Amino acid sequence: MELSKKDILDIGDLSVEEINLILDTAESLKEISTRKIKKVPTLRGKTIINLFYEASTRTRTSFEIAAKRLSADAVNISTSTSSVAKGETLIDTAKTLESMSPDIIIIRHSASGAPHILARLLQQSVINAGDGKHEHPTQALLDMMTLREKRGSLEGLKVAIVGDIAHSRVARSNIHGLTKMGAEVALCGPVVMMPRHIEKLGVTVHHSMEDAIRGVDVIMMLRIQFERQGTNTFPSMREYSKYYCLTGDRIRLAHDDVLVMHPGPINRGIEIAPDVAYGPYSVILNQVTNGVAVRMALLYLLAGGK
Amino acid sequence: MTKKKVVMDAEAIDRSLTRITYEILERNKGTEDLVVIGIRRGGECLAKRLSKMIGKIEGTEIPMGILDVTLYRDDFMTSKEKPTPRKTDIPFSLDQKKVILIDDVLFTGRTIRAAMDALIDFGRPRLIQLAVLIDRGHRELPIRADFIGGSLPSALWDEIKVSLNEQMEGDEVLIIEG
Repeated sequence: MELSKKDILDIGDLSVEEINLILDTAESLKEISTRKIKKVPTLRGKTIINLFYEASTRTRTSFEIAAKRLSADAVNISTSTSSVAKGETLIDTAKTLESMSPDIIIIRHSASGAPHILARLLQQSVINAGDGKHEHPTQALLDMMTLREKRGSLEGLKVAIVGDIAHSRVARSNIHGLTKMGAEVALCGPVVMMPRHIEKLGVTVHHSMEDAIRGVDVIMMLRIQFERQGTNTFPSMREYSKYYCLTGDRIRLAHDDVLVMHPGPINRGIEIAPDVAYGPYSVILNQVTNGVAVRMALLYLLAGGK
Repeated sequence: MTKKKVVMDAEAIDRSLTRITYEILERNKGTEDLVVIGIRRGGECLAKRLSKMIGKIEGTEIPMGILDVTLYRDDFMTSKEKPTPRKTDIPFSLDQKKVILIDDVLFTGRTIRAAMDALIDFGRPRLIQLAVLIDRGHRELPIRADFIGGSLPSALWDEIKVSLNEQMEGDEVLIIEG
């Protein structure tokens, strides 16, 4: 089977077969990162541009490492040191980069839909590395890879996603991906962080964390998106963490071998207690490792061959 | 109409493999530093059988690995269909090892070229020897096998089909004339 798409813009757009193909490929490619020589020659001569309009450590590094392990050349552009700081528009920047003939452009932008504009405009493949409050497809793919690796299948898994749902592109991508793959998704967060009518996506909605995580197989914590919030979202950080922080006590409500996930970066002590983030149930660092494999798979599947 | 012909049955395959096993042991004077690497998919089953046979004769198990060469192929940019890479599983270093690389059919030699490139990424083997069940000719690269089950002159457009399974039931090599 082949991925017939030019771009990876959102999980909503991927079929179950395509998600399985990406995850199978990622599983095969993961082994490369454990070798002494962590490189294969597959994408020699391909150029990949990381165009990041927002701060990032893991996603940008992960894409760069993924490209390099496949022998592609990776170029990073961060807005503070580029012509974007002089006021160049997204479209002009994209057209300029296109003229240097890259093969894949990876974009992160604070505006939802920015990658879709580029995808229509450019001949090159575009990968969405997070667009505003919309989607973060590679994060959902690496989350699904981690769950599949740990539990064999996503079918029937009970997953609670807890936190700032309204501002979270990670939540949206995971809701689409997990429900598509047959998992049961429960969302949890304060009323002000819960989009109205979100249950139409096939999820249940809770406002009490205890209710949401009771008996679940997976707890996915979200970062409070301070940069995307207005000023009056919640009264105080202390109050938020009192009701929604994942602590050692709360974990006991979940299934005995629950998996704790977080897309990172974590706000220590706000949405997750440090001892939980690095505790026995946590797969947070497995998520990071699998991120490289999933991104290698996407680069492999999108580049060349036609 | 296409013509199918059985060119090796289960017994013939078993005899060939037995001979190859003795040849490998003779050439390498035993099993010291010897490892077997099978090329996915055709060589996978052969590698398992070979290491089992060596174990039976010499009384020691030798390390076995599986190699997927998809990521090293030279037609990645040009081929119409993109193959899905599968897992490579070589859980040991190849430094200073005598590597027996095994595949079912030797044809253009391009798979073996890719496999040798991949092997070097796992260390610096002392030597690599190639074992194949069938050599069908039509080489496009300067590559030859050290141990051959059988030579089978074929037309370029014929298909050689090797069916093997773990239970060794109904094994056969077919030539399907194109």
